[in-house]
Amino acid sequence: MQSNQLDYFPILMQMLLAVGFVVGTIIISGYLGPKRSSVNKDKNFECGIESVGNARIPFSVKYFLVAILFVLFDVEVIFLYPWAVNFKELGVEGMIKMVIFMSLLLIGFFYIIKKKALDWE
Amino acid sequence: MSDSKINMVAPPEGVVGEGFFATKLNDVVGMARANSLWPLPFATSCCGIEFMATMASHYDLARFGSERVSFSPRQADMLMVMGTISKKMAPILRQVYEQMAEPRWVIAVGACASSGGVFDTYSVLQGIDKVIPVDVYVPGCPPRPEQIVDGVMQLQELVRNESVRRRNSPEYKELLASYNL
Repeated sequence: MQSNQLDYFPILMQMLLAVGFVVGTIIISGYLGPKRSSVNKDKNFECGIESVGNARIPFSVKYFLVAILFVLFDVEVIFLYPWAVNFKELGVEGMIKMVIFMSLLLIGFFYIIKKKALDWE
Repeated sequence: MSDSKINMVAPPEGVVGEGFFATKLNDVVGMARANSLWPLPFATSCCGIEFMATMASHYDLARFGSERVSFSPRQADMLMVMGTISKKMAPILRQVYEQMAEPRWVIAVGACASSGGVFDTYSVLQGIDKVIPVDVYVPGCPPRPEQIVDGVMQLQELVRNESVRRRNSPEYKELLASYNL
């Protein structure tokens, strides 16, 4: 079977048509559709209530720390489950690998405790 | 699938031929708009509970194309005001209406939204048409879900027959200007 590069032309055409249709309809509807803008229209939607202050205020880094810690131990549990299911097949080698993995995480955990990241007062 | 009772939307009037169909843009746009009205519920009291029943499986407003209840005015087509609107609530309702994208329609569901209902007092707005233009009024205190569905179908009829140029017409601008919008 001889395959020619020209044989792929219909695929290119189809991709062009698909992207062209999406982009075209978005642009055309922007021009054809009715529009009405005002100061109130362009305001942030706050359920109709006047918005107070700025949404971009600094907040405590502790929230971020707790979130990252959660992700850390969440992922750890995700790895623990398949390891526990295949405990016998993985044997001693799997055990050693898991201990290395866990100890790496625990070192990080002890570091964060030493840094007093979890002291809330 | 022969025993299913699915009602499909009939195509608009037009010229049918071998491999083509010609009709008016107005009809196609109207048909598309009428069968994909996304509601923005503005529920403040008991009519809102009836609306919940309307959206739920038994009455299922999704059959009429209102599958997605939009809680942002940016993506909504019809504002459904259900319940008593106090005078303190009126500017909030106005703001929500103003933030909806054109074309937009409004249904006043129930006696309170339509006319203030039994609350003929100093604190209650005597019908939402004092602050925003209303397309369809649904009577009842509260109306049954069938009535709300009927109201939506009446609005669909309005939407289907609306000219694509109506939102740019001087009459429409005058109407909004009369509401200071």
